[in-house]
Amino acid sequence: MTPRITLATALRVLTQLRHDHRTLALLLVVPCVLLTLLRWMYDDRGPVFDSIGAPLLGLFPFVVMFLVTSIATLRERTTGTLERLLTMPLGKLDLLLGYGLAFGLLAVVQATLAAALVLGPLDLDIAGPHWVLLLVAVLDALLGMALGLFLSAFASTEFQAVQFMPAVVLPQLLLCGLFVPREELPRALEVLSDVLPLSYAVEAMTEVSAVADPFPGFLGPLGVVGGFTVAALVLGAATLRRRTA
Amino acid sequence: MVRSRRTVLDDVSFRVPRGSLTGMLGPSGCGKTTLMRAIVGVQRLARGRVSVLGLAAGSAPLRHRLGYVTQAPSVYGDLTVRQNLRYFADVLGAPRCDVERVITQVGLDDHADVLTARLSGGQRSRASLATALLGRPELLVLDEPTVGLDPVLRRDLWDLFARMAASGVTLLVSSHVMDEARRCERLLLLREGRLIADDTPGELLAATGTSDVEQAFLRIVEQGAS
Ligand SMILES: Nc1ncnc2c1ncn2[C@@H]1O[C@H](COP(=O)(O)OP(=O)(O)OP(=O)(O)O)[C@@H](O)[C@H]1O
Ligand SMILES: [Mg+2]
Repeated sequence: MTPRITLATALRVLTQLRHDHRTLALLLVVPCVLLTLLRWMYDDRGPVFDSIGAPLLGLFPFVVMFLVTSIATLRERTTGTLERLLTMPLGKLDLLLGYGLAFGLLAVVQATLAAALVLGPLDLDIAGPHWVLLLVAVLDALLGMALGLFLSAFASTEFQAVQFMPAVVLPQLLLCGLFVPREELPRALEVLSDVLPLSYAVEAMTEVSAVADPFPGFLGPLGVVGGFTVAALVLGAATLRRRTA
Repeated sequence: MVRSRRTVLDDVSFRVPRGSLTGMLGPSGCGKTTLMRAIVGVQRLARGRVSVLGLAAGSAPLRHRLGYVTQAPSVYGDLTVRQNLRYFADVLGAPRCDVERVITQVGLDDHADVLTARLSGGQRSRASLATALLGRPELLVLDEPTVGLDPVLRRDLWDLFARMAASGVTLLVSSHVMDEARRCERLLLLREGRLIADDTPGELLAATGTSDVEQAFLRIVEQGAS
């Protein structure tokens, strides 16, 4: 790994995004619009929004980053730029961390905007400190990024990559505890939800929103989220092969 | 060499002298791209050995020393030509002034700040070629770099290749346009995954008693069949 190359890669990814105004706008605006819509839906049922607002704040960056990263890395594979980079003195980690830095920065901006909106005008009450909410949202986004990176290796077209979203993200969404508390799920599904990373992302968020002093309660699930992120990145690195058939 | 269980290259053995301009010619599908991928070390080999500048193909120290241009232009469509080159220069550790030099070398001065997705096919492949000229590569592997270019530009690029070879760079350039063979010092003719000739253009023509490379190619194929 070379810091110069990692930074250059992050800058390059950000420059690419800068040229794509529409994607950038969608990335930043869509979560805010959805959260506003949700607030409105629950207008007469204040406490409901208080209990699901925070987990959703972690969900949007996760989903969006998953999509953006899987498409971006798939493009890198199919346009030949990855093959070219791998004949150059670029370490696999340079590429992964470069993407991580760039999308991580984007996740910070996205989560900050969304959090400022929910905590301000939308009037979400959370018990824990605001910065912890932000931290968890950003880590959720990084988890989405790492999973997207890894799974893009299994798609050979953008059509397939987009289908990973319902195939991989939706089941996690259904089982993460937002619809039915995880401990009330049928035993088999509960076990399944125990091994899905999004469950822990939501658990960390719930902890932050419900408990005034979330230390050290949210650290457990957050650690699991971090572990999944690192594991997906390592697996992702293994899918970046210098030699292919 | 086997790709998806099909044997693509079989029993190919040759050596390219340093500082030479070698052309790799052959019809579509004969295995030029596969052979080049083996040389730059991105092709998995079923058997055999490829050594480049005295090292095993694909080994880490070589990554600073060779430039590879894929057949399909591999640049970022959502970056301008200059932004693409700056990024690749950073990856290679090449100085920033290289960027301006290579833009001029491929004749893209007027398009340096255009998104590469908005360039014509030939312009985009020149942007891709420019990337390989960054830094000081000792070996350049160019897969059909002159396809779709006008005659003037083609001549200029072949002049550039010849100058680079004269300055000690080893170039391996593929083409399926046989008349580009005239510009090469050595020729490798491939057909259906086999090397059918490895000679200088002059010797090739003399040996086959023909006046151009296309004729020579046909003559060798006919002789092989009979
Ligand atoms: N990824 C792949 N998997 C399996 N077979 C492949 C793959 N890529 C190419 N081939 C096959 O290998 C053979 C040689 O292909 P290659 O791309 O090396 O040809 P080429 O000489 O570069 O042709 P062209 O002049 O059209 O670029 C062809 O028969 C092709 O069908
Ligand atoms: Mg080819």
